[in-house]
This record gives sequence, C-alpha cells and structure tokens, in this order.
Amino acid sequence: MLTQPFLVALLFGAVTAGVPLLLAGMGEQISEKAGVLNIGIEGMMLLGAYCGFVAAYYSGSFALGFLAGGLGGMAVASLVALLCVRLGLNQIVIGIALTLGAEGLTALLHHFQFSRTYPRLDEAPVLALPLLADLPILGPALFAHNPLVYVSVALVAFLGWAFRHTYAGLNLEAAGVKPAALDAAGISVVGTRIGAVLATGFLAGVGGAYLANVGAGLFVPFMTHGAGFIGIVLAMLARGKPLWVLIGAALFGLSLALTTALQVAGINIPTDIVQMLPFALIMLVLVVFARHSVLPAALGLPYERGER
Amino acid sequence: MGHTDGPPQSVRPAGADSAPVLPSPVLSVRTLTKRFPGVVANDGISLDFHAGETHVLLGENGAGKSTLIGMLAGMLRPDAGEILVQGSPVRILTPRQSLDLGIGTVFQHMLLVPSLSVIENLMLGGPWWQRLARGAAYRRFAELSECLGISLDPDLPVGHLSLGQQQQVEILRALWRDTRVLILDEPTSMLTPQGVRDLSAVLCRLCSQGVAIVLVTHKLAEAYDLGDRVSVLRQGRLVGGIAADEHRGMTEAQMTDQVIAMMFDPAHAPMADERAILLGRGNVHAPSVRRGAAPCLEVRNISTMPRTAAHGLQGVSFDLRPGEVLGIAGVDGNGQKQLAEVIAGQRAPSSGTVLVGGKDVTQGDVAARRNAGIRYVTDDRLGEGTVGSLSVAINLLLKNVGAEPFWHRGIADWARIRQAARDDIQRHDIRTRSEQTLLAKLSGGNIQKVLLARELGKAEGDVKVIVFSKPTHGLDLHNAQLAHRRIRESAAAGRGIVLLSTDLDELLTLSDRIGVLFQGRLVGIVDNGPGAGAAIGRLMTGAVAA
Repeated sequence: MLTQPFLVALLFGAVTAGVPLLLAGMGEQISEKAGVLNIGIEGMMLLGAYCGFVAAYYSGSFALGFLAGGLGGMAVASLVALLCVRLGLNQIVIGIALTLGAEGLTALLHHFQFSRTYPRLDEAPVLALPLLADLPILGPALFAHNPLVYVSVALVAFLGWAFRHTYAGLNLEAAGVKPAALDAAGISVVGTRIGAVLATGFLAGVGGAYLANVGAGLFVPFMTHGAGFIGIVLAMLARGKPLWVLIGAALFGLSLALTTALQVAGINIPTDIVQMLPFALIMLVLVVFARHSVLPAALGLPYERGER
Repeated sequence: MGHTDGPPQSVRPAGADSAPVLPSPVLSVRTLTKRFPGVVANDGISLDFHAGETHVLLGENGAGKSTLIGMLAGMLRPDAGEILVQGSPVRILTPRQSLDLGIGTVFQHMLLVPSLSVIENLMLGGPWWQRLARGAAYRRFAELSECLGISLDPDLPVGHLSLGQQQQVEILRALWRDTRVLILDEPTSMLTPQGVRDLSAVLCRLCSQGVAIVLVTHKLAEAYDLGDRVSVLRQGRLVGGIAADEHRGMTEAQMTDQVIAMMFDPAHAPMADERAILLGRGNVHAPSVRRGAAPCLEVRNISTMPRTAAHGLQGVSFDLRPGEVLGIAGVDGNGQKQLAEVIAGQRAPSSGTVLVGGKDVTQGDVAARRNAGIRYVTDDRLGEGTVGSLSVAINLLLKNVGAEPFWHRGIADWARIRQAARDDIQRHDIRTRSEQTLLAKLSGGNIQKVLLARELGKAEGDVKVIVFSKPTHGLDLHNAQLAHRRIRESAAAGRGIVLLSTDLDELLTLSDRIGVLFQGRLVGIVDNGPGAGAAIGRLMTGAVAA
C-alpha cells in the first residue's frame, strides 16, 4: 500500500486540504487573540469560495480569484465587526446566523448564476520550487503547488514574529486579556478588534477561494464542509502560537487526504467511514488536549468603556 | 513649564530646585458637572492642581471622586463645565487625549495585562504598524526606575508580581510619557504597610521633580501624611478644603476635626471608633472575650489543595473562644477565601479537622455546619451570598428553602414568608421598595443588610461561630458602621467571630487577636494592642513571626 504514487497522492492531498484549514485557523487565531470568538468563519470561507470562484471564472486569473475571495470573507467579517464588536451583540448567535446566512446566500447566487451546472476552472498554476521539487516523493508532494501555499506557510512565520515584535501584537493580546488596559493606554479596543475581525475575514475568504479554485476547481454549495469549524478548533488548541496552527492543519489535512488516497490505492473501505475520519480525529484531539487550551480572559465579551 | 522641551528624558526637568511660589495651575477644572441616571455624580466642581504639590481629594464612597478622575482621564465625558491645562481650555474625550495632555492616571482597579511582561505593558499604546521599540523602552524603564527608586525585573510577566509591584508598574506607565499630572485613585487600598511606605517615598520624589499629584482617598491619615492640600467632596459637591499653607501649620487632630466636619452630615457623623478607622490609627476596642470558656471553634491543622491563582492552606490551626473576635489579616489571595469556606463547609480540606463546641464537624456539609452553629457572611455578596433575580423575601430565607414553617410539604406559604420578610426589612432597616423587589435592584449596602439579616437574624438554633469575610468591602461609611455594630453585638452576645479582612484598620478596631495568612500559612497570631499594626505589617510581607 505504501507505494510511491500512494504517498505522493496522500501528501499532495494533505497540503491541498490543509491550506484552507491553515488560513482559517490563523485567521481565527487573530480574532481570538483580540477577544472575539468568530463562529461566523465558516460563512466567511463560503462567501470567499463563491466570490473567489466567480472572479476567477470570469477573469481567468487565480490571483484575482484569491483577492475576490478575501474581500468576500471580509464582507461577512464586516457584519461581525458591526454587530458583535461595535454593537456588542452575542458573538455565538451572530456567528451561527452568519454561517447559515452565507450558506443560503451562496447557494442562491450560484443557482441564479449557473443554474444546475457546475462549470470547472482550468488547472491551477503550479510553482515548482527549484531543487526542492526534484526530491523523490517529497518533491512532487510538497514543493509543486500553487504559489498561495508557500505564501500561507510564510504567513505562519510572519504572524509568529508580528505577535511578539510589533505593537499590533501587543494590542491584540491586551484586547483579548484585559481590554480596559488597552483602552487606558489610549488605543481603541473596538478599533483593534474590528481590525482583527477583518483580517480574519480576509484570511478565511482566501482559504475558501483556495478550496474552490485550487482544491476542487469548481464551486458547489456548502462545499466548505466544516473547514471553518476545524479552523476554530485549531485556533483554540494552538494557544496563540501560529506554528501550532500549522501543525494542526497538517494533521487534519492528512486525515482529509486519506479519503482520496485510500481510493487511489484501491483499498476497499466504505467512503462514508473514511470521510468520518477527520471529525473523529477532532473529537479525539479535543478529548486529549482541550483541557490544556488557554483562551484569552475576555474572549467573547464585548467591551464598553467604564464597565470594569 | 513648557511642554515642548524635547523627547521625554526624565519625569520632569528637575532644574527648578525650589517649590514654585504658586504659579498658574497645571490643571484646573471649572464648574465640572456629570450626571448619571438618577444622581448628580459631580455638581459644579472647580479645583486647581499645582506643579510640585500633592492634592488630596477626600470623600466617602459615592462622593464623586472616581467620577472626577474618570473625566480627567478621558474615561467619562463631562455634561457641563470645562477643563483647563495651563490656563487654556481643553476637551478630553478619550484616554488618548488625556495622555497627550500629560495626564497619567493610576486607576483603582489594576489595568495591566497579566500575560504580558512589565516592559510590554509599558510599551502598550504605540502605533500598531510599527515594530516594538524595545531598546528605547528599556532605556526609559531604567531611567524612570532610577528616578523613582523602584527596582523591578522588566521581563517578568505582570501576573507574577505582587499587588504593590503591579502598582509600581502602573505608576511607571502613568509617567511613561512626559507626564505633568499624576492621578492616583485609592492607591493604598491593596497595599501592605510596607507598600504604602514605598509609595509615599515615590510620591515625594515625584513632587520634588515638579509633577502635580492628585491623590484620591477616603483615609484621613493618608491625606494628612501625603497631602500638601486637601479638598473634600460630599455627594458630588466640593464642600471645603484646606490650602497648602494652612495645612502645613496644622496638627493632625486639627485637620481631622475640620475635615470630618466637612465630610459628613451631622446626622451620620461617625462614632469614635469609626473615626479611628478613618484615621487609620484606631484602637478603641472593648473586648468581650470569655477567657475561661471552652473554645467554640477549633481549627486543627487544616490544609487544602492549591487552586489556580490562589494558595492552598497549609496546616492552619487556631482556637476561638466565645465572645472573641479573631481577625485574619493578609493581602488578598493568600488563602482567606479557602479558610472561610473550609469553616463554613463549602470546601473540603485535604487534611485536618474543624471542631465546633468540641464536636468534630469536618465531614459535615453546609447544612450540617449551619445546624452545628456556624454562620458565614461571604464577601461575594452577589455571587454566592444572594440570588439577584429572586425577591428580597426569598433571599432572606435562601438557606431554609423548603423547610417548615415557611413551606408545608414543599408548598410555599407566601403569606408567612412575606410577613417574615417585612419583619426583617423593618428590623434591619433594609431600604427596599417592598419585600417583593428583586434583590439585584438594591444598593450594595442594602444587599449586605439582607445577608446580615439572614445569617445573624433571629436564626433558628444556637449560633456559636460567625465567619465574616470582608464585611465592609465596598460599603459607604454609614453602612460600614452598621456592619461593625452588628459584629460587636454578635461578639458581646458570646459568639465567636472570625473576621477576615484586608483592611488592617478595621481589624485593629474590632479584633481581640489578629492572625496573618501568608501564602496559605497562618504565619502568626498577634494580640491586638499598641504596636500590633506594625507587627502584622511585617508578617503580611512574609517576615517570620517576631
């Protein structure tokens, strides 16, 4: 079973499946650091996927597709910013509502646009990294991907650095742990959180666009399949460390890829069971690690000046 | 006094070596007014704050001190009146504007991010798109620390510091920019006596460097020791003050008499012992302890498991005799809550025994302890003491729900419940619209009265021991007086009292003996008397018993 094509397909699939999780997880991490529990991230991914697909379909440019996806995600995020951060409404209720709303909206838009057809995009452009791509197995599996994959991994390092070495990083931490302290230091808590939520929307939207344009090559309603929720789990388990989001995304990407890889290998397991694998893994991971997760003290609490 | 003299080098250029002879004030407020629904929190207040001077704002809880501070710090917006910085009117709408005007504030509740290090907390507030200027921050930290005589490790997470050290960080932060006015809101309320001494040394240095200091307090002794000038607020109004030259020529007693006359309605004038508390010099205790009697409470070698952020108890033992008030001192979080809960039966000790009247009740739950004669007046009045969404009447019976004679086979006898509540409301002077009013609508003082009525009321059975946890925390003076009176009455009636408090003056006024909890250990028990305060202060910082 561990033949070369099997391993390549498995690892390649893991990257493809893992990148949307990575982007969503990093996005969610930014929000959670700032004290906003962003349940609506699933909706942001979905609208990002739709906008990204439409933009890429009509323009033929994948880069434009990703940008449109990010903006689509930000559109949903701006509602979170308005309703939860600015007006202080319940983040869980609004998050669920936005996810359900985005599901309905994208299905409806897709139906108007394409009726019952599911047009495909061309093959996504691939950037093979020189030298690394020539390695056996690892080369074709890890180093011959869409450029966005490398950007996402670079973003992990950048975020890790920015959290520790920029004022933005301090502001996010303070907004999540002790917002009143940030306010007293002369920085707007609401402004900081809105920035964080919009950044989350952009990353989640790009992740959704990658899922549609690169992962599937087409848009299908409800296609995110809980990727946003896995992102929330990753962010919660990563304790504010982007590297752990990367590790978690790799793990879940691998378990998602097993579905395809096992079919390639011709192993006769019912696909329904294989498709349960990532979610069974989530529950297992939560049972084992969840009690170690440390969440910011003010997570989920709206901030109003003068209420301490 | 120009504020454009380059980047922040020191707190203030220390060039002017003599105290200025009343130049124009650095900061003034003119007829400042702030209304909240139903109250005028600040009513036309006009004050001047001068460089190199410590200006004390005195007043009871609710007198409007914190409101005034809030407006200067940009946390609240005034409804009328103006604020002037060096003679020119300014508008302070956000904390940022206040900081930019050179006003630094140390709030009553710590406003630090516990997960960030000292230096990171100080750097908070820079432009978000920039890299942290760590090098410059360390230089500024060293400079300010030296200037103030503070020694702290800048890389330690703030959550690991003591409250006194955290306050030093807050002062550093308030001075971080070119600060001309430093405002401190009740800065000594959480400090040990040693911490208070350190603080006053820092304030002296700042004054000599030309910073204007605004010190908010309700303690007269502090006003006398630290202040150059005193202003007294009552019910949102400025009711009087003592000017700087006047203050210098006064003895403490003279000043005290004058200020007390300003602070209180004649109707609510404090009694001698409350005055002692205000002064922080109190020792007018009349003991009612029955020395020969067998102890009513014996705590033997109690230990508990440590929880996050709180110390577990380690081998705590003491005896309590009928009529005795045993004070338990210590900085918050050193095991007070655990001790109270172990005695009340809300927390199981990992080892040790609790005996009431010679009977072992260690295994008993809350109800069993109550039957054995233990009452517990918690400091968490809204959290575990009462249920805000239930009526006053039910809250008065909260520990007897379902029991005769107010319930018959589980059916409530409302007529009887409400009659009993009306009696209690009258007897304990609880200010509420009716017995049906939801408890959450009551003021803090009245909630405390409900709690006291329930725990100390005519109470079925024989009450032997009462545990009070911070009984006057957050109450105004009148209600604090009432609570103190109830504690003394209970002791005089022959009950043993365990009084846990972080207010040393309160302990010195009420207790016969005072034990000190430090990191979960009872490090010493001191007989109350002259010099007890100093001995307790040493124990509170962890020094070995003298």
